[in-house]
Amino acid sequence: MQKRVTFNSRTLPYLLVAPQILITLLFFIWPAIQAVGQSFQREDPFGLRTAFVWFDNYIRLFGDPFYYHSIQITLVFSLLVTLLSMGVALFLATMADRVIRGATGYKTLLIAPYAIAPVIAGVLWLFMFQPTIGIVAYMLDQLGYDWNYHVHGNEAMMLVILAAAWKQISYNFLFFLAGLQAIPKSLIEAAAIDGASPTRRFWTIIFPLLSPTTFFLLVVNIVYAFFDTFGIIDAVTSGGPGSPGATNILVYKVYSDGFVGLDLGGSSAQSVVLMIIVIALTVVQFRYIERRVHY
Amino acid sequence: MVENRRWQALIGHAVLILGVVVVFFPIYVAFVASSHDLRTIAQAPMPMLPGAHLWDNYVRAITSGSESAGNAPVGTMLWNSFVMAMVIAVAKIAISLLSAFAIVYFRFPFRMGFFWMIFITLMLPVEVRIVPTYEVAANALAPIQHLLDAVGITDAVAWLFSIEIALKWNMLDTFAGLTIPLIASATATFLFRQVFMTVPDELAEAARMDGAGPLRFFKDILLPLSRTNIAALFVILFIYGWNQYLWPLLITDNLLTVQIGLNRMLAVGDGQVDWPIAMATTILAMIPPVLVVVFMQRWFVKGLIESEK
Repeated sequence: MQKRVTFNSRTLPYLLVAPQILITLLFFIWPAIQAVGQSFQREDPFGLRTAFVWFDNYIRLFGDPFYYHSIQITLVFSLLVTLLSMGVALFLATMADRVIRGATGYKTLLIAPYAIAPVIAGVLWLFMFQPTIGIVAYMLDQLGYDWNYHVHGNEAMMLVILAAAWKQISYNFLFFLAGLQAIPKSLIEAAAIDGASPTRRFWTIIFPLLSPTTFFLLVVNIVYAFFDTFGIIDAVTSGGPGSPGATNILVYKVYSDGFVGLDLGGSSAQSVVLMIIVIALTVVQFRYIERRVHY
Repeated sequence: MVENRRWQALIGHAVLILGVVVVFFPIYVAFVASSHDLRTIAQAPMPMLPGAHLWDNYVRAITSGSESAGNAPVGTMLWNSFVMAMVIAVAKIAISLLSAFAIVYFRFPFRMGFFWMIFITLMLPVEVRIVPTYEVAANALAPIQHLLDAVGITDAVAWLFSIEIALKWNMLDTFAGLTIPLIASATATFLFRQVFMTVPDELAEAARMDGAGPLRFFKDILLPLSRTNIAALFVILFIYGWNQYLWPLLITDNLLTVQIGLNRMLAVGDGQVDWPIAMATTILAMIPPVLVVVFMQRWFVKGLIESEK
């Protein structure tokens, strides 16, 4: 944690940490405390008076079918984004690990989407699936399918899942490829000599040896789907369509209830629930990094 | 291996090429759309090959933007995004270097307290504290005001001097508001802490014997030693800064970043959207971060892997 050799100064270390600590206090810790405080209060519609209401906001929140709906679709969304992007990335990484010439070229090309902002990813996919002019929407129309994600909730969900998974493929690909390249070739060759087929070698040797990478990526992808996809939702669907909001995932609901709907107490209670989720995910991530998954 | 390697490699190439095509298809479609006029795009199906309006569209986007979205020029937005990304990346690295230096090389009361305080920021992304953080940006001195109110100083001063203390520093719609709340960084602090821990103690000892003070040691020894880590982190943080969306959406109104500007162009209703201009903006918005990743790939991969440790 610390050096054996240290410098002596009364004031210097405080000056050095001051900028970081001031910003942390002002923009992280203070707002977090406020959020917790506000989650126990209710404002009147004119914002003139606030009353302390104990757990009313939480009781209201967990009695709200719209909130359950939001939890449900967040889980579906995160699960599908994670599975889709990790699945595709693992498949591509296995192939890249196999080819000897040109692997770096593919790598360069495939990591490009990482640099693209979520909102831009959303716009790219929105444009292809735009019901009247989108090229994919047109093809679907030619096939006799009435595509309109402005109206059909499940189509809107599919579209945001595709955009979110697409953006995350790069990241997963990079880590899977690094994981694959770290597996000793002698193990795989030994299995091949013993007559194990490529598929069998993958499931009995490669996949188990990749489990630390897979688990790490699982956590990272869930965090991504939960928190970093706000831009995609905002650009593509704004949480809609429909009344419970077919794509109104938890982070989007906090924003729309608090910032657009101005329900401060309810939004703060949702913030606190989200904070607990982040804390849980961070703990999982850090515990895992301490002791890697054993095989 | 036992199987025919040539076949394996061939299938591998085929799948990878297919993968690259699928991954790049959305970008290609946007690029093609940005090279036609609106009439061509508005008639489904849109062409699949670039058209003749490429130059026109990009010049129009950069200088005068989309008409239906109030003619905000994309050139200005790109500049705003660039300034925001640079300030965030440089400031995050600077304050994290300093705090990591303090935590590793000094022994002082509350050292671990500070360390944990920085750690906690990992668990508090903007998304979970939207409204209160906005309130702080609307008046960054509000917490101090609260403190003065709570301790009774405000009342005391009002009674003694009949002056009312009302502190105000509005950061909404300014570069300060766009960047300062985002520059605290636990990840960067941890990374530099780890780097400093690997620096041999003998170096600090030798520097001390030669009469170098802590700041001299930091500048002449630690900074040059962490150069590669700084470069790697810079790539990651530049992309992080450039791609910010929720925070600018909350606090900016006229100071548009390119992501927010694009969203305004699309928010006018499907019939009104000037698609070629919007798609030109999309392409322009992704060029800087993609270039950074592709040309600084070595640093990028290093930074990505290190910042996740």
